[in-house]
Amino acid sequence: MNKIIEKQHFSENVVKLVVESPLIARSRRPGHFVIVISGEKGERIPLTIADSDLSAGTITLVVQAVGDSTRQICALDAGDHLTDVVGPLGQATKIAKYGTVVCAGGGVGVAPLLPIIKAMKEAGNRVISVLAARTKDLIILEDEVARYSDEVIIMTDDGSYGQKGLVTSGVESVINRENVDLVVTIGPAIMMKFVSELTKKYNVPTMCSLNTIMVDGTGMCGACRVTVDGKTRFVCVDGPEFDAHKVDFDEMMMRMRAYNPVKK
Amino acid sequence: MSKNTISPRDAQWREELRKSMSAKERTSIPRARMNELDPEYRVTCNEEVNQGLSAEQANLESRRCLDCPDPQCMQGCPVSINIPGFIKNIEREEIAQAAAVLKETSALPAVCGRVCPQERQCESKCIYNKMKKEPVAIGYLERFAADYLQHLPDAPLPPVETPNGLKVAVAGSGPAGLSFAGDMIKKGYDVTVYEALHEIGGVLKYGIPEFRLPNSVVDVEIESLKKLGVKFVKDCVIGKTISYDDLLNEGYDAMFIASGAGLPRFMGIPGENLIGVMSSNEYLTRINLMGAGKSDWATPVLTGKRVAVIGGGNTAMDSVRTARRMGATDAMIIYRRSLEEMPARAEEIHHAQQEGVKFMTLHNPIEFIGDESGRVRSMKLQKMELGEPDESGRRSPVAIPGAIEEVEADVVIVSVGVSPNPLIPNSIDGLDITRRGTIAVNDETLQSSLPLLYAGGDIVRGGATVILAMGDGRRAAAAMDEMLKSRNK
Repeated sequence: MNKIIEKQHFSENVVKLVVESPLIARSRRPGHFVIVISGEKGERIPLTIADSDLSAGTITLVVQAVGDSTRQICALDAGDHLTDVVGPLGQATKIAKYGTVVCAGGGVGVAPLLPIIKAMKEAGNRVISVLAARTKDLIILEDEVARYSDEVIIMTDDGSYGQKGLVTSGVESVINRENVDLVVTIGPAIMMKFVSELTKKYNVPTMCSLNTIMVDGTGMCGACRVTVDGKTRFVCVDGPEFDAHKVDFDEMMMRMRAYNPVKK
Repeated sequence: MSKNTISPRDAQWREELRKSMSAKERTSIPRARMNELDPEYRVTCNEEVNQGLSAEQANLESRRCLDCPDPQCMQGCPVSINIPGFIKNIEREEIAQAAAVLKETSALPAVCGRVCPQERQCESKCIYNKMKKEPVAIGYLERFAADYLQHLPDAPLPPVETPNGLKVAVAGSGPAGLSFAGDMIKKGYDVTVYEALHEIGGVLKYGIPEFRLPNSVVDVEIESLKKLGVKFVKDCVIGKTISYDDLLNEGYDAMFIASGAGLPRFMGIPGENLIGVMSSNEYLTRINLMGAGKSDWATPVLTGKRVAVIGGGNTAMDSVRTARRMGATDAMIIYRRSLEEMPARAEEIHHAQQEGVKFMTLHNPIEFIGDESGRVRSMKLQKMELGEPDESGRRSPVAIPGAIEEVEADVVIVSVGVSPNPLIPNSIDGLDITRRGTIAVNDETLQSSLPLLYAGGDIVRGGATVILAMGDGRRAAAAMDEMLKSRNK
């Protein structure tokens, strides 16, 4: 259990891990996440499941090294084991035939977006994917996304690939040219906030997937709480997906900085 | 239950023991005092505050027990421990036998000896109370006997019936689940306990701090269940990783849900989502389960000099005493009623006071105020006074108009109770849930609306004690055993 079957570097700080986890591979749905621990004294890290293979009994995780714990996970190699993997956690994405769905992913947010793109396509939607990153090297999973999308729009901050600009201009260009029934956005909180502000202006329903600080991931601690529509909700059990137009992103971003000064 | 005990009252040795000392002599012995670490020392570390009784102290205390013909103390025990039976074994210096008596009915005697509110249970029924004397220190003696077994490497195991070929699953490895597992394995079942976290023990591990219940004590009890044959699967969330139907398909004959009261309650007041405001579950889990504050452990926790804990229960005391040990110079309890109504055990309140915790009773937070980075810096407290008794029988707090003060705090721990975790209940079709979100069960048998599903502990009670959860485990085991055996006849 928890053996790393395959490892691939997407970029210097982003790796894809294929992990042996047959029970989770069987029960996971798009939108679900797992909690991973590396080392006996490690911390519990929530990671959204990017893919799974039922026959191989594996799940795919995409990890970005941002702190000590994620750096440690990224340093593991094929053949190593994660100490603990638990899940699938959270509510699954509501997959239905909406019509035209724009899936806007930023950075490693494209990984958890992939299963949603796939499921939305399989549900009969016209899927337009907007992938954004700082620069060309940080665009991940483009081929996989393209396989399930009617169109892929690439945006880079520096213009090194696709169009130059932010994810929002990619989304806006689609909204301006055709009717969009739903936007799904996953990425850094600040990106989701701006996508949400944009789609609110155009009145397009928008779903976001939040990746807050968590401890247990099962509703026990409340570290992940966010304000949605004026009410406190737990990302781990009520989410991770919420109506983006109702999420208090400023509070969420503030809370995500809770441990910045504490962490060495 | 006392009829089948290994230590019956009519045993010759007990009769002789009763005659060996007069009641007058016995009742003239003063109650033993628990040996405790010095408060100034103990706030500098996580060592267990109560050090236990010495063999001499325990023996003297055991002599106080009059071995009543109709022992009322047992009526006060949710798991019906044969109390005089184990105490008299201490008196005749058969400590292993005393522990064996405990193990007859309790899967976790070393835990109960530490965290049970004996003063409200067994000890409150002791005959000494009628004599206006302090009751026999049953809790201290229980701990003494159980600890003896803990330190014995090859402690004898209780007898187990021959395997009956029936498989049962348990969701949750806290006190209810462990107690159920212990009883079912003894009855000959094949028992597997599923735990969502990466450690076995539930609230005994993530909740109750080391200075009150060392994890090593819990681990010994879990090891003895493993030796009896109980299987444990960690990192497995019933209802998520595998479903109830999956378990039935895998050949399980029934399941006991003991998933606890997961969700922390918040107060819903402004500023509650500021950085530094957290639930007691989060605070204690980070420290007790995840090792925050210890070198080499990856999980961080926010600490502060002025730590306010909102609430008056045992968890609030655990949190505030933990805060002292994490370096808070001003650790405060903010409670809206008076000391008299406080639900925490008297011992916990006393220990907190000894450790310099400040008690701000009759104060209720109405707002938390943060600095420019979003970190909590102070709280607005509404002063209260006591009005008429409410439905709980406690005098209810009433706000004094205009009496509001602002008190500085850099960490706030909200410890105002928990709600049942909906994760498992929501995952099972046809399971009746109460309005409070707990699983509806038959009061006697703990059987749910689904005949093969039983539930107990906080997922049924909504938030109670370790021993009540253990009592539920026992009752569910007895009832499920009867149901399965009659079904398979």
